[in-house]
Amino acid sequence: MTPRNFLVRGLIAGFIASLFSFGIAYSVGEPQVDAAIAVEQAAAPDEADGHDHHSHSHADDAGTEVSRDHQSTFGLATGILTVGTALGGVIGLASAFAVGRIGRLRPSQSTALVAVVGYVSFSLVPFLKYPSTPPAVGNGDTIGDRTLYYFVVQGIAILAAVAAVVVAHRLLDRIGTYRTVLAAAGGFLLVVVVTALAMPTVNELGDFPADTLWLFRLASLLTNATLWAGIGIILVGLIGRLYERETMTVARKDLAASL
Amino acid sequence: MSQTAVAIPDVEIPPIPVAELAPWAGFVFLIAAIVLFFISADQGAVSIPSGNAIHEWVHDGRHLLGFPCH
Ligand SMILES: [Zn+2]
Repeated sequence: MTPRNFLVRGLIAGFIASLFSFGIAYSVGEPQVDAAIAVEQAAAPDEADGHDHHSHSHADDAGTEVSRDHQSTFGLATGILTVGTALGGVIGLASAFAVGRIGRLRPSQSTALVAVVGYVSFSLVPFLKYPSTPPAVGNGDTIGDRTLYYFVVQGIAILAAVAAVVVAHRLLDRIGTYRTVLAAAGGFLLVVVVTALAMPTVNELGDFPADTLWLFRLASLLTNATLWAGIGIILVGLIGRLYERETMTVARKDLAASL
Repeated sequence: MSQTAVAIPDVEIPPIPVAELAPWAGFVFLIAAIVLFFISADQGAVSIPSGNAIHEWVHDGRHLLGFPCH
């Protein structure tokens, strides 16, 4: 098992999972994006600064316009495929690091752990504190702050997850699996909850319709969950097969040597 | 299924040495960070290159993947 093995499989898993994720985003998410844009245009038919979906947050240099048809198909696909494939590569290499380092987990099991921990810290925790917002929600003047908050929460969640795994690794031999998992998960939760309470709350919803907001956020949650679940499931399968093949080769060589 | 479970001998799993992993990880993490930046944050809070072409193109993905956009 080499880093290259893991990277290639991670990229493949990321790419395939992105296709599923795109399917969900397109079929479940896009109707809500369109509904949000309709709300936006109904609310401010002639307000062309800062809130129109083609020029939001860019009143000064609004140059390029991309049609809704392109944004909702090729544009959406570009975003999800590049992010998904890149994430796949990162998860692949993180799994390469985890192999043989987490208790007695097999490579496929440690890979599954990486995917679950990755999903919770990279995607779920930031979502719970700063949930996705559809177009039409959000003040262009605060985009800098909101971007910063989002990545601060995400960064702390990832660091806390890494720390929890490192601590768990140390505790495992001393207090057993059950208590180790409780302690590590509890520690992670504590750090994340305290962070979430300490960070500023963002509420720029105004009177945006609740049903569209809920459905949009659900679609966003599903888009990310599909991406991560897809990467996790595909990569676990690929790594499991790789490991099976390698152990077979080793076993066969040992057998040949013993004859 | 049980057949494969029996067939795999219970051997020690050697970790991949950090020295072997580091160059791959450094390279891939850097590329991923750049990709994430362009999809998730560019031409919102920061703009490289100036304008809004990238932002507009990946706009729906940014919203649905949950990154701050508007
Ligand atoms: Zn937007």
